[in-house]
Amino acid sequence: MRVYADHAATTPCDKRVVDAILPYFCDDFGNADSQHCFGRDTAKAVADARETIANIIGCKPNELYFTGSGTEADNWALKGVALHRKDKGNHVIISVIEHHAVLTAADWLENNGFRVTRLPVDSTGLVSVADLEKAIDDQTILVSIMYVNNEVGTIQPIKELAEVAHKHGALFHSDCVQAMPYMKIDVKELGVDLLTMSGHKFYGPKGVGALYIRNGVKLDKLICGGGQERSQRGGTTNTPAVVGMAKALEIAQAEMEQNNTHISKLRDRFVDRVLAEIPYVRFNGNREHRVPSIANFSFEFVEGEGILMLMDFNGIAVSSGSACSSGSLDPSHVLLAMGVPIEVSHGSIRFSFGKDNTVEEVDYTVDKLKDTISKLREMSPLFNLKTGGTYNV
Amino acid sequence: MYNQKVLDAFANPKNVGEIENPDGEGTVGNATCGDIMKITLRIVDDKIVDAKFQTFGCAAAIATSSTATQMVIGMTVDEALKLTNARVVEELEGLPPQKIHCSVLAEEAIKKAIEDYRAKQQNKTVDKSHIEYV
Repeated sequence: MRVYADHAATTPCDKRVVDAILPYFCDDFGNADSQHCFGRDTAKAVADARETIANIIGCKPNELYFTGSGTEADNWALKGVALHRKDKGNHVIISVIEHHAVLTAADWLENNGFRVTRLPVDSTGLVSVADLEKAIDDQTILVSIMYVNNEVGTIQPIKELAEVAHKHGALFHSDCVQAMPYMKIDVKELGVDLLTMSGHKFYGPKGVGALYIRNGVKLDKLICGGGQERSQRGGTTNTPAVVGMAKALEIAQAEMEQNNTHISKLRDRFVDRVLAEIPYVRFNGNREHRVPSIANFSFEFVEGEGILMLMDFNGIAVSSGSACSSGSLDPSHVLLAMGVPIEVSHGSIRFSFGKDNTVEEVDYTVDKLKDTISKLREMSPLFNLKTGGTYNV
Repeated sequence: MYNQKVLDAFANPKNVGEIENPDGEGTVGNATCGDIMKITLRIVDDKIVDAKFQTFGCAAAIATSSTATQMVIGMTVDEALKLTNARVVEELEGLPPQKIHCSVLAEEAIKKAIEDYRAKQQNKTVDKSHIEYV
């Protein structure tokens, strides 16, 4: 059996999305900026895609800018706003648990003369509105807080945070990449000035994202080039990807309720079984403010890479922390920020379920996980020190 | 990122466990860094006749522990002291660069276990290294 339990890393492209994309490779292949009929046909498809997404997130089509990824949109929001508003102030606020796209863009700003505050989180991964109130000052030009954390799934109080930012004259950006498949997004309701999305997190294609920029908000360009995206983002429009992202979001929104019900049922079954059947395990995240897909656990006395690999040998795809950090030796910055002890954080695994997973797959995953953890614990001097090698104590 | 030999050594490690009343015992690493290796040795007439390990760590740490214990069984203690991490890595046909430090732990654990053996031989008391789980 092969089980894909890493939907926070990426999702499979929905077949209906693929069907929508295919004509734009060989038949309707024109450059959307060309003046001839080939270009006009493609331009129409891009305009339709823009309108579809705009309608779903409650903005005007001309407030939506396509990018090559969520990471690009995050970089554009942070660098573009900071550079454009540098005469107004030099202070940017993010949270300590942001995705690396925002974290490293903020590092870049810091290296280029800006002051960056990284807000802490509580033990469940929640940013506090009071902490933002304390950190914000008259030099703050931008606040960027993710809607849903990619490692533990905690949902942040974006609306309240945005209100604080606006009260102090700062703009508010939110990386909503992990929220899109599970939550209704309305930019007016949330009160955000800028918002990042990414196609491949909601069963759309990779290599495409978008940045919502509220009309009236000015920012510097990140990608200089031709007149695409109203001259704000150069590069020939990736028509198949843009069409696919719109189709995927349309499907995700239409089927959200049934998907959420299904996925949270799987997640709950998984969490309940893990907590009941595996000793010395710690659930990381918030039980109330969370998306239905993610279950993050720390398994004491063992190390995450070994868990990931043994699960992989059994055909089960999971992630240790964040897929982006799997190449590094440092434990997850998110879990450390939540106060998970460093030696425990080494044994952390993120399971993220999706609409195509089944109860059988969840049960198989738990069964193999039990074998994996006990096999690694048998080898672990920490486990033997703590328990004398007995599993059921 | 790992070659097949490393994957096999990780998936089917040899010499897992702990020798009771070992002639030499060595523990290196710490939980904060995410790597702890404990090696116990049975030594008869200065020759290593058995070696076992317990490792908390990544796949490379487990693979090198297993391979290093296999390599030292049958060696004299002098030969085992000359075992370098480079030899263990060579036996595994290479490790990714960021994982080389794991093989250093295996070399250090064996050296420490032999030092412990020699200290016991000389009837000296040595501080036993211990790890604390925080």
